[in-house]
Amino acid sequence: MTTNEHEPEHELAIAATGLRKAYGDRTVLDGIDIRVPAGTVFSLLGPNGAGKTTAVNILSTLIAADGGEARIAGHDLTAEAQAVRAAIGVTGQFSAVDSLITGEENMLLMADLHHLPRQRGRQVTAELLERFDLTEAARKPASTYSGGMKRRLDIAMTLVGSPRIIFLDEPTTGLDPRSRHTMWQIIRELVSGGTTVFLTTQYLDEADQLADRIAVLNGGRLVAEGSPEELKRLVPGGHVRLRFSDPAVYERAATALRETTRDDEALALQIPSGGSQRELRAILDWLDAAGVEAEEMSVHTPDLDDVFFALTGNPVASTDKETVR
Amino acid sequence: MSTASHALRDNLTMLRRNLLHARRYPSLTLNLLLTPVILLLLFVYVFGNVMSAGLTGGHADRSEYVAYLVPGILFLTAAMTSLGTAVAVATDMTEGIMARFRTMAISRASVLIGHVVGSVIQTMTALVLVLGIGVAIGFRPNASPVEWLAAAGLMALVSLALTWLAVGIGLISPNAEGASNIGTPLVMLPFLSSAFVPVAAMPGWFRWFAEYQPFSPFIETLRGLLLGSGIGTKNALLALGWGLGLTVLGYLWSRARFSREPRQ
Repeated sequence: MTTNEHEPEHELAIAATGLRKAYGDRTVLDGIDIRVPAGTVFSLLGPNGAGKTTAVNILSTLIAADGGEARIAGHDLTAEAQAVRAAIGVTGQFSAVDSLITGEENMLLMADLHHLPRQRGRQVTAELLERFDLTEAARKPASTYSGGMKRRLDIAMTLVGSPRIIFLDEPTTGLDPRSRHTMWQIIRELVSGGTTVFLTTQYLDEADQLADRIAVLNGGRLVAEGSPEELKRLVPGGHVRLRFSDPAVYERAATALRETTRDDEALALQIPSGGSQRELRAILDWLDAAGVEAEEMSVHTPDLDDVFFALTGNPVASTDKETVR
Repeated sequence: MSTASHALRDNLTMLRRNLLHARRYPSLTLNLLLTPVILLLLFVYVFGNVMSAGLTGGHADRSEYVAYLVPGILFLTAAMTSLGTAVAVATDMTEGIMARFRTMAISRASVLIGHVVGSVIQTMTALVLVLGIGVAIGFRPNASPVEWLAAAGLMALVSLALTWLAVGIGLISPNAEGASNIGTPLVMLPFLSSAFVPVAAMPGWFRWFAEYQPFSPFIETLRGLLLGSGIGTKNALLALGWGLGLTVLGYLWSRARFSREPRQ
């Protein structure tokens, strides 16, 4: 409705400003802005409880925001909800298949709900089942499918209506590495076909692999946004983790080594480090000089924890919050 | 025009989905049918002589009690199958596919309408089945075609009313067990009606409740239609009123519950 937009509306698949949502006195989204150009992959990265699913639920018309506004495929989220729904496809975090009926029946159900002619519905069903390697299991109840198969069926169902914008909420959580790579391949194929993908994930490497732009969500706010390269530049490198078995030795090491993050429960120290030979040797020299011996030493490449540490100064942001669900 | 035809198609799609569920997993419906059938056989063959002696004042003839009992058992059947609906709706709401339906450009009401029409079809099938068993053990209705039609209409109306109530119960229940518990009072009501013994035989303090609660007017009206016993304007009006009233109430309640945001 606003005319003072600087960018042409039609190029943005998703344009949201100031989205907020609270449950009681718990603020889940605290005014986030999202702009996703059509035909790109946007990844919302954040730990459990950051508000990722809430953002997807709002943008996919499942729940209403308390404040802010959004246009999806050029349609106002609240005033033209049905038009938004006609343009999007959603694969939520929890499998959205009807487990009582077969994979094929699930697909035909979607075809009917998209008002496809009977013949066309059968054709689309057969094509998608083939493409997602489900033809063999098509006549079996969805309840008998493995996690990876359910996820594939879920996405196949989302694709029946050929949506222009697809929301994928943690599509690889709980999948084994092979299924995870299959899923990445599927997402890449979608994008090459011109679909806009809005993806949430807890894994930096997943966002890195797939996304054109990444926004980092923490505690209901976007704390960073940029291309994968820009974000990784925020994280200088990984860290080395030293684990001790003797609390006294741990204390000695903690005082001897500066610039460490303590984990008193695990008796572990984290030292920022790129993991190069020279840096590792320096740490070993330090340990020798201090006369302490670590039980275990491991090198970690940058992960979400490091991004969070770099952005918020809190290691492992808000994982404790998630238990309240 | 096209929205209306789309909505109609969505309703039919959802109806097909629910009938498919029922066909794939008939055990739930069949289990619910078992109770009224067992009660029918128990009361006719085990308690029948005593019950009929009580009814007629000394003369023991279980075949007379069959005639008295079957209409009540039919509505007990309707109540039991509606409990199945409550469980099915509650289960469906916990399924991930419900979130998918809510984010699709479909007629929202179709989700509930599919359940309701599917359940009414199932209930009517169950009623025909139980009625068949009743006839097999000696129930001999003497209704005219018009009376049969009215009886079928009454049973359909009651099924619709109970189904909409059951959908509401399913929507407020967190899970299948919850729906089964919350729905239990609905299934108990026929036992506190004139299904097994006449209201007149009940203690005075209780009679008022038994007489005016929905199931007694339903049962008395059906008895009158099938067996030619007197219905009375009061029972006919009460039956119609309860049937229509509960349908509207159940519908409004279900609609309000369903349009709420899904639980977080």
